[in-house]
Amino acid sequence: MLTEFGKIFIFVLVGIGFVGIAIVTAYLVRPDRKTKEKLTTYECGENPIGSSWQKFNIRFYVVALIFLIFDVEVVLLFPWAVNFRAFGFYGFSVGAIFLTILFIGMLYEWRKGDLEWDRSKPIIPNLNLDISKPNKEDPKAE
Amino acid sequence: MQNYISEITGSDIIAFVLGTVPPLAFMVVFTLFAVWLERKVSAHMQDRLGPMRVGWHGSLQTLADFLKLLQKEDIVASATDKALFNIAPYLVFVGTFLAYAMLPFTSIYIGSNADVGIFFVLAVSGFVVAGLLMAGWGSNNKYSLYGAMRSAAQIVSYEIPTALIVLTMIMVYGSMSLNDISVQQAGFIWDWGIFGGALTGIAKFLIIPFMLIAFIILFISSLAETNRTPFDLPESESELVAGFSTEYSGVKFAMFFLAEFANMFLVSSILVVFFFGGYQSPIGYLGHLLGIDWLVPIEQTFWFIAKGLFFVFVQMWLRWTLPRVRVDQLMAICWKYLIPYAFFNLLIVGLILLI
Repeated sequence: MLTEFGKIFIFVLVGIGFVGIAIVTAYLVRPDRKTKEKLTTYECGENPIGSSWQKFNIRFYVVALIFLIFDVEVVLLFPWAVNFRAFGFYGFSVGAIFLTILFIGMLYEWRKGDLEWDRSKPIIPNLNLDISKPNKEDPKAE
Repeated sequence: MQNYISEITGSDIIAFVLGTVPPLAFMVVFTLFAVWLERKVSAHMQDRLGPMRVGWHGSLQTLADFLKLLQKEDIVASATDKALFNIAPYLVFVGTFLAYAMLPFTSIYIGSNADVGIFFVLAVSGFVVAGLLMAGWGSNNKYSLYGAMRSAAQIVSYEIPTALIVLTMIMVYGSMSLNDISVQQAGFIWDWGIFGGALTGIAKFLIIPFMLIAFIILFISSLAETNRTPFDLPESESELVAGFSTEYSGVKFAMFFLAEFANMFLVSSILVVFFFGGYQSPIGYLGHLLGIDWLVPIEQTFWFIAKGLFFVFVQMWLRWTLPRVRVDQLMAICWKYLIPYAFFNLLIVGLILLI
C-alpha cells in the first residue's frame, strides 16, 4: 500500500512519461531536414546580434528578494492557520503580531522605493512667451 | 476509487497508475475544448465567426492543429542551451499535472488525498516558474528571455496575495485538504463559502463581505498567475512575439500550450473549491432524491467541471474587455493594493472567526 505521497510520485512518473511519449511519437512522424538558416535564433527575420545572455535589469532581482522574504514567512503561518481557533484569542494574537511585523517590513520597503518600477518620466514642454527673460527650462541658456 | 480498482485488479500499482488517468485525460480533453472555446468566444465577441471548416462549427479544429504540431519539424536553434531547452517542457507540464493530483473532482475520486492539499498546489506551481525561466534562458533569444523574466517576476509577485488569501481560507475552513473544504460546503447554495460556508450565527453574516473581497483578490491574482489579459505582459504578442515559447516548435510547444490551458482550469477550480462549494450541487442531488447512489458522483463531477468552465469563460471574456496593464501598474496593483487589502482581510476574518 502506497502512502498519499507515493501516489504523487506516480503522478510525477506518469507526467514525465506522457511528455516523453509525445516527444518520441513526434520524433517518429516528423521530418528532419535541418539547414543552417533554420537553426539561427529567431529575431523577426533579422540576423541576431550578439547573445541574449547579458546583463539584466536589477529590478527583477529586487522583486525576487522581496518575494523570498514574504513567501518564507507566509509558509511559516500555514500550520498556525489550520488550528489557531483551538487557542482562542491568544493564538490569534501571536499570528497577528508576526504578520504585523512582516507588514511593517513591507511598509519600509515601500518607503525606500523598492516597490516602484522604473517608468519613463514624461517631459512636459514648457513654452516661455516672455522673450526678454532666458528660458529657465532650457539647459543651454544657463 | 483507487481502492475499488485495486480490489478488481488485485494490484496496488496498477490501481494507482490508473488513478492518474482521469486528471490526465481531463487535461488533454479540456485543452482541446478550451482552445476551440477561446477562439470561438474571441471571434463572437468581435463579431467574427472563428474556425468553421473542420467539423461542426470548427469543433475538430484543435485536434487538427494538434496533429499538425505533431508533424512539425523540431527546430532546436544552434545557439540554445540544449539541456535547459529540452528539460523545460517536462518541468512546466509535470508542475501543472501534479497540482491536478489534489483536485477533488467528486467525493469518491481524488488523485492523492494528502493533508497538505492547497499548500502542495502552491508549492508545485514553483516548478512552472522554474520551467519558464529555463525555457527563456535556454532559448538564448531576446524575446524569450524578456518574456520569461517578466513571467517569473509577475508570477512570484502575485504568489504573495494568493498565499495570503489561501491562508485566510485555511483559517475559515480549518483544513488544507481541498476535499475536506468541499465537504464542509455540502448542502445548498447558501452553504457555499462565499455565503459564509458552514459558519453559524452572526459570524456567517459578518464574514460575507470579507469572503467577497477575498474572492476578488484571488481572482485577480489567478489571472496574473496564468498570464491572462489584462496581465499578459509575458506573452504580449505585439511586442514579444510569443514570450518564452518563441523558440519552441512542434510537440514541445504543444506541451507549453497544454500546461497553460490546464493552468487556467486549475486556478478556476481552486476559486470554485474555496468560494463556490467545490463539487457540491447548489440545488441538491437527483441521485439522493431517486435513491440512486451511483448518480451522485456523476452529478458532482458535472457541477465541478461546469463551475470551473464558467470561470474559464470569464477569463476569456476579460481578455476581450480589458486592455493590457503597464509593467509599473502591474507591480503597483500587486504590492500596493492587493497585498495590503489581503493582509487586513486576513486579520478581520481571523477576528470574526473568534466570535
